[in-house]
Amino acid sequence: MFGKLTWSAIPWEQPIPLITSLVVVLILLGVLALVTVKRWWPYLWREWITSVDHKRIGVMYCLLGVVMLIRGFADAIMMRSQQALAIGTSQGYLPPEHYDQVFSAHGTIMIFFGAMPLVIGFMNFLTPLQLGVRDVAFPTLNSVSFWLTASGALLVNISLFVGEFARTGWLPYPPLSESTYSPGVGVDYYLWAVQISGIGTLMTGINFVTTILKMRCPGMSYMRMPMFTWTAFAASLLIVAVFPILTATLAMLSLDRFFGWHFFTNDLGGNPMMFVNLIWAWGHPEVYILVLPAFGIFSEVFSTFSGKPLFGYRSMVMATLFICVVSMMVWLHHFFTMGAGPAVNAFFGIASSVIAVGTGVKIYNWIFTMYGGRVRFSVPMLWSLGFIFTFVIGGMTGVMLAVPPADFLVHNSMFLVAHFHNVIVGGVVFALMAGIDFWFPKAFGFRLHEGWGKTAFWFAFVGFWVTFAPLYVLGLLGMTRRLQHINFPQWTPWLYMSVVGVGILILGVISQVVQLVVSIRDREKLRDVTGDPWDGRSLEWATPSPAPFFNFAVMPNVEGEEAYWGIKLRAIETQRLGPEPQYEPIEMPVNSVVGFYTAVFATVTGFSLIWQIWWLAAVGLVGAFIGFVVFAWRDVHEYHVPADEVARVDRARRAARLALLERIAEREAST
Amino acid sequence: MIDTSLPAAREVARRAHEDPYRLGHRDHGAGPVEGAGHGETGPARKRIIVGYGFWIFLLSDIVMFACFFAAFAVERNATAGGPVMSELVEMPRVGWETAALLLSSYTCGLSFAATNARSKLWTQVFLIITGLLGLAFVLMELSEFIGLASRGITPQRSGFLSAFFGLVGLHGLHVTLAGVWLATMLAQVQVKGFRPEIVHRLICFNLFWHALDIVWIGIFTIVYLIGAIT
Repeated sequence: MFGKLTWSAIPWEQPIPLITSLVVVLILLGVLALVTVKRWWPYLWREWITSVDHKRIGVMYCLLGVVMLIRGFADAIMMRSQQALAIGTSQGYLPPEHYDQVFSAHGTIMIFFGAMPLVIGFMNFLTPLQLGVRDVAFPTLNSVSFWLTASGALLVNISLFVGEFARTGWLPYPPLSESTYSPGVGVDYYLWAVQISGIGTLMTGINFVTTILKMRCPGMSYMRMPMFTWTAFAASLLIVAVFPILTATLAMLSLDRFFGWHFFTNDLGGNPMMFVNLIWAWGHPEVYILVLPAFGIFSEVFSTFSGKPLFGYRSMVMATLFICVVSMMVWLHHFFTMGAGPAVNAFFGIASSVIAVGTGVKIYNWIFTMYGGRVRFSVPMLWSLGFIFTFVIGGMTGVMLAVPPADFLVHNSMFLVAHFHNVIVGGVVFALMAGIDFWFPKAFGFRLHEGWGKTAFWFAFVGFWVTFAPLYVLGLLGMTRRLQHINFPQWTPWLYMSVVGVGILILGVISQVVQLVVSIRDREKLRDVTGDPWDGRSLEWATPSPAPFFNFAVMPNVEGEEAYWGIKLRAIETQRLGPEPQYEPIEMPVNSVVGFYTAVFATVTGFSLIWQIWWLAAVGLVGAFIGFVVFAWRDVHEYHVPADEVARVDRARRAARLALLERIAEREAST
Repeated sequence: MIDTSLPAAREVARRAHEDPYRLGHRDHGAGPVEGAGHGETGPARKRIIVGYGFWIFLLSDIVMFACFFAAFAVERNATAGGPVMSELVEMPRVGWETAALLLSSYTCGLSFAATNARSKLWTQVFLIITGLLGLAFVLMELSEFIGLASRGITPQRSGFLSAFFGLVGLHGLHVTLAGVWLATMLAQVQVKGFRPEIVHRLICFNLFWHALDIVWIGIFTIVYLIGAIT
C-alpha cells in the first residue's frame, strides 16, 4: 500500500534530526497559525502564491534561497565543528552515516536550493525592468518554474524527518549511489528533488532566452542592454544547453536504481565514468550559470557607485559570451585522475586555464571602472571590493588546479574544498549580498540599514578568510575532503582556526538578520521616495520604488547605452521631465493557480516515487494532466488596466521625479 | 500585382497575409520587421514569442536525446556476453515504423495547411490520421520490445541493452506524450475553434511532432541501420 514507507522511516532514536525537524515543524505551524489568525491568506493567495508578476516571483525565489542558505549554513556549522571535535581518540557528535548525509545535503542545498533560486530570483526581478518591458515572455510558465523549485526544496527538507538523505556527496557518483551500495531512499530523495527543481530551472532558461531575444523595449538593441541582462542571457543559454544533460543523467541513474538497468553499474557492462562525464558536462557550466549573473550584479554596482559608465562594455559582453562557450569545454578537469591520458588532460587543462583570460578581462574592466570615478563606499560596493580580492585568489588557486600534474597532488583534498568555496562564496554569495542591498529599495520601497550592512560585510569577509585559508593549508598537508574523523593531531590548530572563522561568519549572518529587522523598524526613515536611491544608470531606476506591477506606464524608447542615465541627464539639464505621455490601457496577464497546482502534484508524485508508492505516483500524474487540461480550457489570459489607473500611478511618479530634480538643483546651487 | 489564380502565387499571397513577419523570407539587408522582435523595433508579437520559445524548448529536448545517443555510443559494445545489436534488428518492422512516422509528419503538415485555411474539418481529419499513424508506431515499437523481452533481451541484461532501451524508449515515450497532447488539441479545436492561442498551440504541436521525426531519423540510422550492418 505505502511502498517502502513505514513508521521506522522516522528517525525516532536519532536525537539531532528528530529535534531539528520538530523545531522546523513547530516554526512552520507557528507561521501558518499567524497567517490564519491575522487573516493574511487571501492577500498571500492573491498577491503572491498565484501571482505571475516577475517581480513577485523574483522576490519569492530570493526568499526561498535565503531560507535554504541558512539551512545549508547550519549543515556547514555541523561539519566544521564535527571535524574540530573528532580528532584522535574523540569521536565527535555525528556518527559517520549522519555526517555523510550532512555534507551531501550541504552541497545539494547550497547549489540547487540556495544559490540557484537567488540567482534566478535576481534574473526574474531585474531582466524585464532593465529591458523596459512589463513581464517575461511566459509569465505563467515562470510561476510554474518557481513552484517546481519550491517543490524540490520541500522534498529535501522532508528527507530530514521521513527517511534519510543521500550519503553520496552532492553529486551521487555510482557505483556508490547504485541500489547495491545505497539501498535506502536517500539517493532517491536527491534524484527526485533535483529532477523536479531542474525541470523548473530548464523552463526558466527557455523563458529568459525568449524574453531577452524577443521582448526588448523599442530602441533596446543588443549593445544597449545593461550588463546584468547580458549575463542573465548567457546564464539562460547555458541552462538551456546543459540542464537537459542533468535531466537525462538523473533519469538514467533512476532507471538503474528502480529497475536494475546497467547504465552506470560496475557489472554487466555498466560504465560509472560515463555518469561522472555526463554529470560534469552539466556541473561545470552550472557554476558559470551561478557566477555569470553574479558578475552582472558586480558590473552594475561598480559603475553605479563609481558614477561612471562600465569600462569596456563591449569587451565585457565578449568576455561573458567567451566564458559561456568555453565553460562547456572544461568539464574533464574535475577528474583528471580518471586516466584519460596526457593529450586529453592537456586539452582540458589548457581550456580551463583559458577561462581565466575572460575572467581577467572582467576584473580589469571593473578596476578601470573605479579608476577616475567618484567611488562611494556603500554596502554593495564593499561586497564588490571584497569580491575582487577574494575572487582573484580563488581564481588563481583554480588555475593551479587546472594544471593536471598539480591537480593529481591535491585532487579530492581540502585544497579543492577551499578553492571552490573561495570562488562560490567570494563570487556568488558576495554578489547576492551586494545585490540584495542594492535592489532592496526597488522591491520594497525602503533602503536597508547602512551600518548593520557594513558590519555584516566585515564579519563575513574576515570570517570567510579565517574559515577557508586554513583549509588550503590542510589540503596541502594532505587532508582529504569529507572526513568524519581526523587521525592526525598535528592538523588540530588549523581545524580549530577554521571553527573560529565559522563563529565570525555566524556573527555576520546575525548582523544580516539584524540589518533586516532594524530596516523594517525604521522603514519610514529609510524610505526611498525618488525611485532612484543610488543615482542609478539602467531602466529599473526609472520606475518608482516599489515598482508598480506593470513596471512602465508607457514603454520607454531607448536612444543610447545606459538608457536611464541619458534620460536623467537630459532632465537635469533642462530642469524638466519629458512631456506627459498619452496614457493608454495596459494589457497584463491574469493571476494563475497553475504553478501552485503543479507544485502540489510534483511533490506528491516525487514523494511517492521516492518511496515507490506506485499508485500514488499514478494519481499524481493523472491529476496533473487533468489540471493542465482544465487550465488549457480557460479563455481569459489577460486583463486591461484602465488608462486612468495608469495615469494616476505615473503622475505620482512624475511628481516624485520633479521633486528630485528640484533637490538636485538646490544642491548644485548651494555648492 | 500577383496573379492569385496560380497555386504558387496564392501561396505567396496567403503567406503575406498569414505571416506579416515574413519569417525566413526576408531579403538580406531589408531591415528589421516591426513586431518580429528584431533589433530596435520593440517586443515581438505573441505568435512569434510562443513559436520562438518552443524552438528553444525543442533545442533543449534534443540535447537530452543527445545524452542518450552518447550513452548508446559509449555502451554499444558493453554487451557483457549477451546479445549484440545485429541480433535485435528486424529490418521490416523498423521499416514499417519509419514509414508510419514519416507519413504522420506529412499528414501533420497537411493538418497545419488546413489550419491556415481555417478549415476545422480537414484540420481534425489530418490530426486524427496523424494520431493513428503515431499510435501504429508506438504499438509496433511496443510489440518489438515485448518480443525482445520474450527472448530474454531486457535492459537488465547489459549496459548495451540499457542504452538501447533507454534511447529508443525515450523516443517512444515522447511520441506517446505527443499523442496525448494531440488528443487534447483535437478536443480544443473542436470546442474552441481557431482562437489565436489554439493556433499557437497547434504551431507548437506541429514543431514537436516534426522534431520527434527528426530524432527518429537519427535513431533509425545510428541504432538500427548501422546495427544491422555491423
